[in-house]
Amino acid sequence: MSSISNLKPETGAFFQRDREWHPAAFTPGYKTSVLRSPQKALLSLDNTLSEITGPVFGHNILGELDADLIHNFAKPGESAIGPRIIVYGRVVDERGKGVSGALLEFWQANAGGRYRHKKEGYLAALDPNFGGCGRAITDEEGNYAFRTIQPGPYPWPNGVNDWRPAHIHFSVFGHGFAQRLITQMYFEGDPMIWQCPIVKTINDPAAINGLTAALDREATIPMDSRAYKFDIVLRGRRSTMFENRMEGN
Amino acid sequence: MSQSLNRLKESASQTAGPYVHIGLTPNFAEITGVYSEDLGTRMVNDKTKGERITVKGRVLDGTGTPLRDALIEIWQADADGLYNSPSEMRGTADPNFTGWGRCPTDMDTGEFRFETIKPGRLPFKDGRPMAPHITFWVVARGINIGLHTRMYFSDEEKANGEDPILGRIEHKVRVPTLIAKRDGNTYTFDIHLQGENETVFFDI
Repeated sequence: MSSISNLKPETGAFFQRDREWHPAAFTPGYKTSVLRSPQKALLSLDNTLSEITGPVFGHNILGELDADLIHNFAKPGESAIGPRIIVYGRVVDERGKGVSGALLEFWQANAGGRYRHKKEGYLAALDPNFGGCGRAITDEEGNYAFRTIQPGPYPWPNGVNDWRPAHIHFSVFGHGFAQRLITQMYFEGDPMIWQCPIVKTINDPAAINGLTAALDREATIPMDSRAYKFDIVLRGRRSTMFENRMEGN
Repeated sequence: MSQSLNRLKESASQTAGPYVHIGLTPNFAEITGVYSEDLGTRMVNDKTKGERITVKGRVLDGTGTPLRDALIEIWQADADGLYNSPSEMRGTADPNFTGWGRCPTDMDTGEFRFETIKPGRLPFKDGRPMAPHITFWVVARGINIGLHTRMYFSDEEKANGEDPILGRIEHKVRVPTLIAKRDGNTYTFDIHLQGENETVFFDI
C-alpha cells in the first residue's frame, strides 16, 4: 500500500451518511434482509482516527488485464461472448472533488446472466472465456475505465418470477474506511430496474437514477465497443480548519 | 434565496449479493489466473512488530444461523497505535503491517479468520486513549448497506473500562457484544445481526 498523490492528505471527519437516501436495513420486499437486518438503532459516532484513516492501494497491485474482463479470463487469442462495452467515469466526493487512488473492484454475470460461482445453479451456460471480475484504481483526477461485456438479466429466488436487471457490482475504497461502499450499476433504459426488489430497497427515485449508467455515444468506439458513463460519489469530508487545537490541549 | 452549497449525494448502497466472492476474493471462488492472490489475505509478515493473534468468529442471522456467504473486512492500527494510511499524521506506521484484511466466511461452517497482531491504543478526538480495537465491516446477501462495528479485547478490561466509545453505549448490557473472548492467542468474535444478543453497530 502506498500513497499515489503528492497532495496533502485530508484528515477531516466525513459528512454524516444520509440513511434516508441509502436503503434501510429491513426491506421485506427483499426477503433475505428480514433476518439479516439489525433491529436496534445504530450508535452514531463522529469519526475518530479509526474511521478517518483507511487503506490506500498502489497501482503496483494491478495486472495488465485487470481492467479488461473481455480478456482477463480468456484463452490466448480468444475473448468473452456478448455486447462489448466500456464502463468509465469518475469517483468524486460529495464536494465534487475527484478521489485519486480509489480502488474499484467490479464483478458481474456473463452475457446470459450466469455467474461463475459454485453456489449458482441458473441453467444459462457459462462462457469459458469469461470470469467476471476486474479492478481499477482512479488517476489523480478520480477517473477510471474498464472494458467488459454487458451482463444479462438474471432470475433469482425471491418472488416467484423475480429477475435482476442487468447490473455490475462495484466495491469502492476512498481515503477513509468510513467511505467504504458497495453498490450496483444499472443500465440506462432497462425496464427491469423499476421492478426489482433490490433496487426498490432504495426509496428515492433520484438515488436510483444515480446508480444508472448513461449510454455515451461520444465515448463509444466505432466498430468496437459502446460506452457507458458511471460516476460514483463517496462521502465528503469536513475541513480541519478549526479542528487542529482542542480546548485545553 | 441563498447561494447553493453545490453538494452531491453519496452513491446509494446496494447489497453485495451472494456472489461477492467473484469480485473481492476470486481465488476463493475458484476463479484462478486473474489475480495472483486475493487482496487482504495477508496482513503480517515475518518482520511485523507486535503480538501475533488470530481473530475468528461467525456472523449469525436472526435465527442464530451462521451466514456462509458473508464477507468481512477489518481495519486496525499497528502495535504502536498507528494506521497505515496517508491520513495518519501522527507518525509512520509499521511498513510490515497492512492494517487491513479481508476474509469471506467459510461456505460450509460460516467461520472467518484473520492472522494479525494486537493493535496499540490511539487517541479519541479529545485526546483520551481509546482501548485497543479492530474496526469491522460486514457485507452479505440481505445486507443493504455494510455494517460497521468494533471488536475489543477481553484481556483489556481496564482500557475497555475507560474507552470513550464503549462509554457511549447507553445499555451497558450490550457492551459485551463488542468484546472478543481470548483463548490462548485466539480471540473469538461472533457478530449477531439481529435479536437478543444483537451486536452494537455504528453509524460512523
